[in-house]
Amino acid sequence: MEIERPDGRSPNQLRPLACSRSILHRAHGSATWSQGDTKVVAAVYGPKAGTRKNENPEKASFEVVWKPKTGQIGKAEREYEMILKRTLESICIRSIYPNTTTSVIVQACFSLNPSFPPFSFLLVVHDDGALLPCAINAACAALVDAGIPLRHLAVAICCSVADNGYIFLDPNKQEEEVCIYTHTHTHSADV
Amino acid sequence: MGFPDASKDLSSEMEVDAFRRLFPLKYFERHLAEAIRPDGRPLGKARDTTVVLGAVASANGSALVKIGSTTMLTAIKMEVMTPSLESPDEGCIAIDFHMPPICSPIVRPGRPAEAAPVISKQLSDTISSSGSIDLKELSLVTGKAAWMAYLDVYCLDADGALFDAALLSAVAALSHLQIPAVAMNDDGKIVLLSEDDGQKKAQEPVNKEKRNLTLRSIPFSLTCILHKNYILVDPTAEEESIMETVVTIALDTSGQLVSLYKPGGPVLAFTSAIQDCVALTRQRVKELKGILEEANSTMQVE
Repeated sequence: MEIERPDGRSPNQLRPLACSRSILHRAHGSATWSQGDTKVVAAVYGPKAGTRKNENPEKASFEVVWKPKTGQIGKAEREYEMILKRTLESICIRSIYPNTTTSVIVQACFSLNPSFPPFSFLLVVHDDGALLPCAINAACAALVDAGIPLRHLAVAICCSVADNGYIFLDPNKQEEEVCIYTHTHTHSADV
Repeated sequence: MGFPDASKDLSSEMEVDAFRRLFPLKYFERHLAEAIRPDGRPLGKARDTTVVLGAVASANGSALVKIGSTTMLTAIKMEVMTPSLESPDEGCIAIDFHMPPICSPIVRPGRPAEAAPVISKQLSDTISSSGSIDLKELSLVTGKAAWMAYLDVYCLDADGALFDAALLSAVAALSHLQIPAVAMNDDGKIVLLSEDDGQKKAQEPVNKEKRNLTLRSIPFSLTCILHKNYILVDPTAEEESIMETVVTIALDTSGQLVSLYKPGGPVLAFTSAIQDCVALTRQRVKELKGILEEANSTMQVE
């Protein structure tokens, strides 16, 4: 039975993906990742000397800063920072540069609707949805751009379970709001 | 570190405590090979759990929970508020988790702990998505007055498995919660009904007497650590700091999965490992349900 999704995709179909590298000149590594209208920019600075107080100095440590699109930094942002930090720690080879800190800054941003005429400068905010997987993918691409040694590459995808029990991949904001369960899955592939 | 064989040479000469501090992973792996942990527990056994209801006498509902050394104190305070326009017949619950500096040497007075906002969000997500509380029960007068419950969980001692203890104490406090009796006075405002009957006869009681909140299905959780092929249940803070892969599973009393949380970590989440964790959680839910029911019946006797 064909399940209708609001934007006409099939249940297993992802939104168009786009990635670009080296977009920021001052950062050691940077990348953007967009899935449909969700767009995330990640920047990597490091490795810098010294570790923070509670970190293990025998390994390279990571510091993640998550900047939301609008509003103050709240609990959801802190949770995303923690998840991203633990994911990045597991894919990087931490024994190569001990006693260093690498900062990863993630910023969710507006995506420009290309169909608007250039002089109107309207930033159209469409659906979000799948923000965390987008951020994981962007952070991994930024680490590659910076040349940080990685054991694996991390790829993340989000799926949601709707009321009728059907699983949809890569939900947009509207689908996320009505679904009963959202799951973000990160998989590492050997480099 | 760089010399993996150093520990073998030194282990026969060194004291146990020194070995535990210098080579923590090897110390633990020696124990895991014998299917035991340094505190003598088998791998699949959680620490001793106690629940005491009514620990804070001035709060509408409270509970003190200890899982091993991890101690959580929850208190619930109820206030009357105007409900929102989108849901005029529903009250509201605000859950917050605090880690004051008393709980751990890692938490400093000026700087909030990193784990605190994460666990706070996890708690509110788990309790709201488990569907155990019907917010319509917190409504007083549709569109005009409803209860706002402030649920604050304080960590008094952080020794691992913080989310499990926090969820258990929040749920225990909710089961102990007594919604106060209120009446509407002449100005249309809600006031608390006091024990003194004399002046209040003219008022219509909105809530005749104190009542409990009905909890539908109660969520309980279990945190496990995955390390190579081992699954360690209910880790202490020392175990959590050495072995980094943590999985938290929350099930409710009807056996439905409420949440599965695995934030990163070097060990991959194979289906078999997750299924084993779910089976361990099921056993733990039965234990915790028994402990909570016993605590509730002790309160009623008093």
